[in-house]
Amino acid sequence: MPLSLQSFPTVGEAQSALSAGAARYMGGGTLVVRAANEGDLSFETFVRATDRSLREISVADGTATLGASVTMAEIARHPELSTIASAARAVGGPAVRNMATVGGNLFAPAPYGDFSVALLALDATVHTGGRELLIEEFLAGRDAFDGIVTSVRFQLPAADAFRFAKVSRVKPKGISVLSIAAVIEEAADGTVGAARIALGCMGDRPMRATAAEKALVGKTLTEDGIADAVAAIGEGTAPLTDAVASAWYRGEVLPVHFRRLMLA
Amino acid sequence: MAKKVPVQFTLNGEERAEFVESGATLLKALRERHGDTSPKGGCHQGTCGACSVMVDGDLVLSCLTLAETCEGRDVSTAAGLSQDGVMHPLQRAFLDGFAAQCGFCTPGMLMAAKALLDENPNPSREDVVEAISGNICRCTGYEPIIQAVLSAARANSHVAA
Repeated sequence: MPLSLQSFPTVGEAQSALSAGAARYMGGGTLVVRAANEGDLSFETFVRATDRSLREISVADGTATLGASVTMAEIARHPELSTIASAARAVGGPAVRNMATVGGNLFAPAPYGDFSVALLALDATVHTGGRELLIEEFLAGRDAFDGIVTSVRFQLPAADAFRFAKVSRVKPKGISVLSIAAVIEEAADGTVGAARIALGCMGDRPMRATAAEKALVGKTLTEDGIADAVAAIGEGTAPLTDAVASAWYRGEVLPVHFRRLMLA
Repeated sequence: MAKKVPVQFTLNGEERAEFVESGATLLKALRERHGDTSPKGGCHQGTCGACSVMVDGDLVLSCLTLAETCEGRDVSTAAGLSQDGVMHPLQRAFLDGFAAQCGFCTPGMLMAAKALLDENPNPSREDVVEAISGNICRCTGYEPIIQAVLSAARANSHVAA
């Protein structure tokens, strides 16, 4: 069955076309056009919305809102998003970053989706045509999601609170062995007041490292202070085995890279 | 039978209009409808970078870009780098430095390098490595390519100075 593209000026019209069936929403194309090129016969129509609001970035009162069609390149060069630029730069090479979108990244299967790992650590909300979902809720149900993501929103962390590491065998661009994003808030006495840690490639989608988060709170970011968190970082993970790395390897190197990230 | 849709855009500075199959990629449209075979179909997955072109000045993968989304836009390919039979400094540097090797990745490498130099005329080696990081060379001869891009940058800097 030949493919076709339908473009609509509004998300609502695109949603109607999407609901008609045998259609896939297209953001930057790095997932769905790739799927079509690989022979995915589950859809006949690419649907897209050209609504300009999908391409907007706004930062106000410490809250960032990124339209779903905002690209990784746009995030990486935005002066008010420098805190999280490292996560956007971790996605693909320059051409991919010019195409890959925030919305698409939320659906990227592991070992892809590094930016979504950051969004999980940032406790983002995902907005979909009038609904607002916690990112964990969204990620848990994304396989059955049949709407259109319009934007994501999160509190920008303090400059030194956000930490991100992508581990790959080929640098500077390579597929993830794993990725780690963390928002660490330090109290006045230098101990960790709150921590959100997210992992990529340690499951079939980005996941929280809740045991390590608990183990960090009240501790200092020193070798001794993070020891319990390092020991707990792999708890509850189910790492991937793929062409890049085995589950065993990912499990072995996760504590190593987590330790380095916390001591950086 | 796929639906045909008209698409107009500028290709290397020339106005082009052609009917393409709806849902067809820019790579397919360029090669099959516009006779520009400089972008290569390597992986068709966005991994190898051999199909890299520029759309409105941004480096993109033509294998993952639908032709219809280029309506009214400015498309540049490696075929448009030389002007009036004179090679672009990047092409000259690739030739002089034997950076083309088997040649399959070369058009994508050239476009990735051009995107870099357009934004940053004086890149560091690290900048060049980053810029071509989405382009795979199966000869694995990246060093001559990196040196050629740096050489072209130096040549342009000299001219500009």
